[in-house]
Amino acid sequence: MVATGGVSKLLTAAEVVGGLRDGMTVGIGGWATRRKPMALVRAIVRSGVKDLTIVSYGGPDVGMLAAAGRIRKLVFGFVSLDVLPLDMHYRNARQAGAFELMEIDEGMLQLGLRAAAWRVPFLPTRVGLGTDILNHNPEIKTVRSPYPDGAVLVAMPALKLDVALLHVTESDERGNSVILGPDPYFDDLMARAATEVFVSCDRLAPTARIFSHERARHQAFERSLVTGVVELPFGAHPTSSVPGYGIDEAHLADYNAAATTDGWASFRAQYIDLVTHDEYLDAVGGRGRISCIAPPVY
Amino acid sequence: MYRAAGLLSVAVTTGPSYTLAELVAVQCAEVWRGQGEVLATSFGIPPRIGAGLARLTFNPDLLMTDGEAYLLAEPVPLGPRAASDARVEGWVPFSRIFDLLWHGRRHALLGPVQVDRYAQMNISVIGDYARPKAAILGARGLPGNSISHINSMYVPNHSTRVFVAGEVDMVCSAGFNPDRWPEGRVPDSLRIGKVVTDLAVLDFGGLNHAPRLLSVHPGVNAEQVQAATGFKLERGADVPVTRAPTQVELSIIRERLDPHDLRATVFKGNPPGDRR
Repeated sequence: MVATGGVSKLLTAAEVVGGLRDGMTVGIGGWATRRKPMALVRAIVRSGVKDLTIVSYGGPDVGMLAAAGRIRKLVFGFVSLDVLPLDMHYRNARQAGAFELMEIDEGMLQLGLRAAAWRVPFLPTRVGLGTDILNHNPEIKTVRSPYPDGAVLVAMPALKLDVALLHVTESDERGNSVILGPDPYFDDLMARAATEVFVSCDRLAPTARIFSHERARHQAFERSLVTGVVELPFGAHPTSSVPGYGIDEAHLADYNAAATTDGWASFRAQYIDLVTHDEYLDAVGGRGRISCIAPPVY
Repeated sequence: MYRAAGLLSVAVTTGPSYTLAELVAVQCAEVWRGQGEVLATSFGIPPRIGAGLARLTFNPDLLMTDGEAYLLAEPVPLGPRAASDARVEGWVPFSRIFDLLWHGRRHALLGPVQVDRYAQMNISVIGDYARPKAAILGARGLPGNSISHINSMYVPNHSTRVFVAGEVDMVCSAGFNPDRWPEGRVPDSLRIGKVVTDLAVLDFGGLNHAPRLLSVHPGVNAEQVQAATGFKLERGADVPVTRAPTQVELSIIRERLDPHDLRATVFKGNPPGDRR
């Protein structure tokens, strides 16, 4: 008998989050306000999981988890909402000393993920030398080049993830996916640095509908890395998933304005503590409204 | 002693009138004079105008991105426009941006929140690291930028709060403090271009990379600049006056690069460039 179909990896957001355990290290894909798996992040806020180490090119994913008190440690280079430069939820938590920090250069973050992906303990770099990055992160060591140059370099340690949460444009049931936006960011490295990878997608489609030879170049990582697939249309909202929808700046402004105890409670009630994803899409103005949000123009 | 390109010490005021934002944008452009075929990275309105102006006038070789993932074949105007208006000449996703910048062929014009006499910059937190008074962005790419390629600075609010006495609260970008380097040896590769502010143009080209005053904007005097700076600036007996924008530069800024006059929002009251 010839096997063709393979095993479906389809899950729900609740099933993905139900598999998370307190204290896990979770990498969140995307970049600031772009292609963040926000529906999965909201599912974490709804769940009881806590004491997470979050690794992220941070945007509202970090702010929401900080507001909900789920972060034990943050591994990051920045947290930004781009057009609104500061995420007020992150800001409040950071100023209160709410979590441990590994604050590193955003390129060091890439190297840490790459080291984990390549299964080496560290990668050498000049980045970080001469700065407070090394003073605030005593666990990051330097090494001396074994070659005649004798250069002192930073040994960026591998950043192993228990779980990576990523959002893609299209996927089939087995995790063959494409990212049609202009930048895959470092989702490929997060996928390879993680023990388990969960992918949310704007559209679930049959393999043949997703891929042509040309389109295959938009695949960032192969299905053998993918543990589970969740169909969540507009699942990156309020961040963008180009070409489908842009950054919802109005919603992000509301989110930022909710960075008070009362504000957060009502924001949660209005946008997070909802039973279905469709209810969320209705709460933020419906699918029609989100699809009309233009991609950002800088 | 030193004469930086693009500065004129002649205090003539017969040219076209211009705003402070326009003068500052032109000095931002000057950052890339003679820099060759490098990626110009800029944040904020005058730096973005400046990069476009440099590209359209004295440095046509500059590379520029759209802030997203593409290299632009020509500068795009600030403000509302159709995304499809931008002609592209390449693709630079973030992974390639890191490859490019660590390779060194880039000159960024950065907007630090604090700067010290060692040219160290901070954009992470103000105050105590564990319980900061103000959390800002995080170190971002400053550690990598500072050790990989030349950087300049744009400071729209020249004051002792930005140009601090002592060291910045968190050293995000590497600088010229020997105590922070193995065996006290600052790498030769560490380079700072210019510092463009609302009062003056500085650099770190003095003795042992000491900060120095290159020019004061029209109507500002050297004592004012020194008083607004938390560390000593080297300066000659006669500090040149920052040159006025040319008519050609003003036309390019007003008609091509910033047609919606976003630059009018940069400085309170949109003051004239010549404050004499």
